[in-house]
Amino acid sequence: MASRRGLQLSVQLARQLHSSSKRLAAFTFSASQADPSLGATSKMNLCQAVNNAMDTALKSDPSTCLFGEDVAFGGVFRCSVGLQEKYGKDRVFNTPLCEQGIAGFGIGLAVAGATAIAEIQFADYIFPAFDQIVNEAAKYRYRSGGLFDCGKLTIRATWGAVGHGALYHSQSPEAYFAHTPGLKIVIPRGPIQAKGLLLSCIRDDDPCLFFEPKLLYRTAVEEVPVGDYQLELSKAEVVRQGKDVTMVGWGTQLHVLMEAAQIAKEQLGADCEVIDLKTILPWDVDTVAESVTKTGRLLVSHEAPVTCGFAAEIGATIQGRCFLNLEAPITRVCGWDTPFPHVYEPFYLPTKWRVVDAIKKLSHF
Amino acid sequence: MLSRLSRFCLPSYLAKANTSLAAITAQYSSIETDSFRVHEFTEKYLHHRTAEFTEKMTFIEPSHQPTIPIYRVTDSSGKFIDPTQDPNLDKDFAMKVYRTMSLLNEMDKILYDSQRQGRISFYMTNFGEEASHVGSAAAMQDDDLVYAQYREAGVLMWRGFTLEAFINQCYGNANDIGKGKQMPIHYGSLEHNFVTISSPLATQLSQAVGSAYAFKRAGNGRVVIVYFGDGAASEGDAHAAFNFAGIMRCPVIFFCRNNGYAISTPAKEQYGGDGIASQGPCHALNTIRVDGNDFFAVYNATKAAREMAQHNQPVLIEAMTYRVGHHSTSDDSTAYRSHDEVKTWNTKEHPISRFRTYLIDKGWWKEEEDADWQKEARKEVLTSFNASEKVQMLHPHEMFEEVYKKKTKNLQHQQQQLDEHLEQYAEHYPMEQFEKAPRKTD
Repeated sequence: MASRRGLQLSVQLARQLHSSSKRLAAFTFSASQADPSLGATSKMNLCQAVNNAMDTALKSDPSTCLFGEDVAFGGVFRCSVGLQEKYGKDRVFNTPLCEQGIAGFGIGLAVAGATAIAEIQFADYIFPAFDQIVNEAAKYRYRSGGLFDCGKLTIRATWGAVGHGALYHSQSPEAYFAHTPGLKIVIPRGPIQAKGLLLSCIRDDDPCLFFEPKLLYRTAVEEVPVGDYQLELSKAEVVRQGKDVTMVGWGTQLHVLMEAAQIAKEQLGADCEVIDLKTILPWDVDTVAESVTKTGRLLVSHEAPVTCGFAAEIGATIQGRCFLNLEAPITRVCGWDTPFPHVYEPFYLPTKWRVVDAIKKLSHF
Repeated sequence: MLSRLSRFCLPSYLAKANTSLAAITAQYSSIETDSFRVHEFTEKYLHHRTAEFTEKMTFIEPSHQPTIPIYRVTDSSGKFIDPTQDPNLDKDFAMKVYRTMSLLNEMDKILYDSQRQGRISFYMTNFGEEASHVGSAAAMQDDDLVYAQYREAGVLMWRGFTLEAFINQCYGNANDIGKGKQMPIHYGSLEHNFVTISSPLATQLSQAVGSAYAFKRAGNGRVVIVYFGDGAASEGDAHAAFNFAGIMRCPVIFFCRNNGYAISTPAKEQYGGDGIASQGPCHALNTIRVDGNDFFAVYNATKAAREMAQHNQPVLIEAMTYRVGHHSTSDDSTAYRSHDEVKTWNTKEHPISRFRTYLIDKGWWKEEEDADWQKEARKEVLTSFNASEKVQMLHPHEMFEEVYKKKTKNLQHQQQQLDEHLEQYAEHYPMEQFEKAPRKTD
């Protein structure tokens, strides 16, 4: 029932996104440059980059199937446009409206040795598949002593705030899954990362969850390498160098942090280092610890509610690793511990002003 | 309420109808629009099954529908009822069937008792359901993929999984191919195309459909058979799997063991309809209900089902049987069912004795031979059992293996933490039960 509602809303959301993204944007997108060694590039938004990655995956491995609710006609966010025409109805197809079935079916494909790319229309609707993902996909290799695995499974889902998605079109459920050994969880911040990281997930030997920040689908445009390339999983990236405060985020929030870093520089004279974590599980402790050893201060920010959000894990780990280097308490700037609200979204989100305020307090501690 | 309705609503409706019949008739669909809708419903909504209108308001009353009959080949005494249904097994094959069923029975008795003595932590017997396991397994090809629930050890035994392998798994010792990670009876074997069992019920059903779809695309002629109980059929995953299979037209056989109970919950508290089989046709599955205690009925039906599945017609088989044993070693079934009921199923209606009658009638087996064979089987199980018991567990480092394909930095670190801890506190841990060194180094 929830999904059907989501299905109707999603088309509407996609349209509105297209027409009024500026009004909704609580951030400015910071474009990245691709590694020149990856060759020729083409202008793509995040949606097109995802499409391009799946096109590449379908082309390079004939066992690859792409499936989910409404993917055949191109997907409610247009991520699979043209792929059924190109690869056939047996490889790109709709499933019945049933998330637990989609996840289970994908696991079965992978167990039989095929590459499975399953789409869950909104991360908010991944919970019916929680059992299949947490009890089954994550534990398949372990429990069989390596006899069977579903490493060829990737589950993609749209993710994060979108301006008016309210409770069930805005969620960031990564922390629920981060408590599950056996899974990999990846969230890109823009088109270049989306393509490279998604291809890595699809070809990785472990089951992956790939969350796509839906607010960036159309607003984020970069020069994306057209060739086949992968970006390393479990590798964070220092996107902005600094010496005073380390800020860690992922997905859309990374851009909020970039803006806040700029404001902090101009208004407070604070030099912030910004790290895109990219992989939530297993995460890159070393890169973050190295940065905090240098700066002595850590701020972690995510859209998801603060209590037991992934920032808690980062905070606890870095406190253990960098206790002697820390000059201020580790700070979390996150969503409040409420469901994601409709009209109050501007006050719910960890905005750049909340981040700037936190940097101010960190600097003066 | 009804009288109020007729007093106020109905007369006014009738009055309206009488006065402006023509106007109301005009609101009814014309033949042309009917035929458009019939066409649309037929082609687009009902998978080309012809839609029909009716002017008679009739609700389908489930209790008035006939139940799906139970296909049987032999009667309770093991005699063929319709001789044309005899698959004419050869002697070797029939003897293998019998030996598998009765060996399973002996293994169950010993492992059940060993749990009672605290030598293994848990066990689940297969008592009373042996024919549904071996009957279905014998009708499949050895490279067909099996997804099981947990009470299908006979399938694996039919395929040649050894007593040693079963018992090593129950001990979780270093020779267990599952490496001691799961509870007893959670068997799996790549070599025998038997996907490792997991505890969450029904999760294997939609996975089986996914694997069947992969086989269909690969065109490899392989079929998937997935087993589950009547209780598991209530899970959402069962609905998902039936529906996906019906739409995707996969080479999959759903095999339901309806043994009357899900732990203490009787079937009548599990579903209100005509068992599990009735769910088949509504999901476009070719469906049959069989006598699960009749090896021949299960064998014939599964053989025919495999043929259909191979041509991408998914099948549902509901085998009517009875769980003679307790649900598990953690359950005492006398708390919720009668002794007499169990006794009847365990004696008069037992699948193994029924098959034995058939063998004796054929002149392939003698009642006197049975005691010797049982003794021999028992000895074989005990030999394996004693050997398994002496084997140590793998080194504790195994705990960190295969969480991911490659051990993560985090897990390497945690393994090191455990090592450092054990360096000082080993005396508080059961070190003597585990191997001294890890088999893998990384």
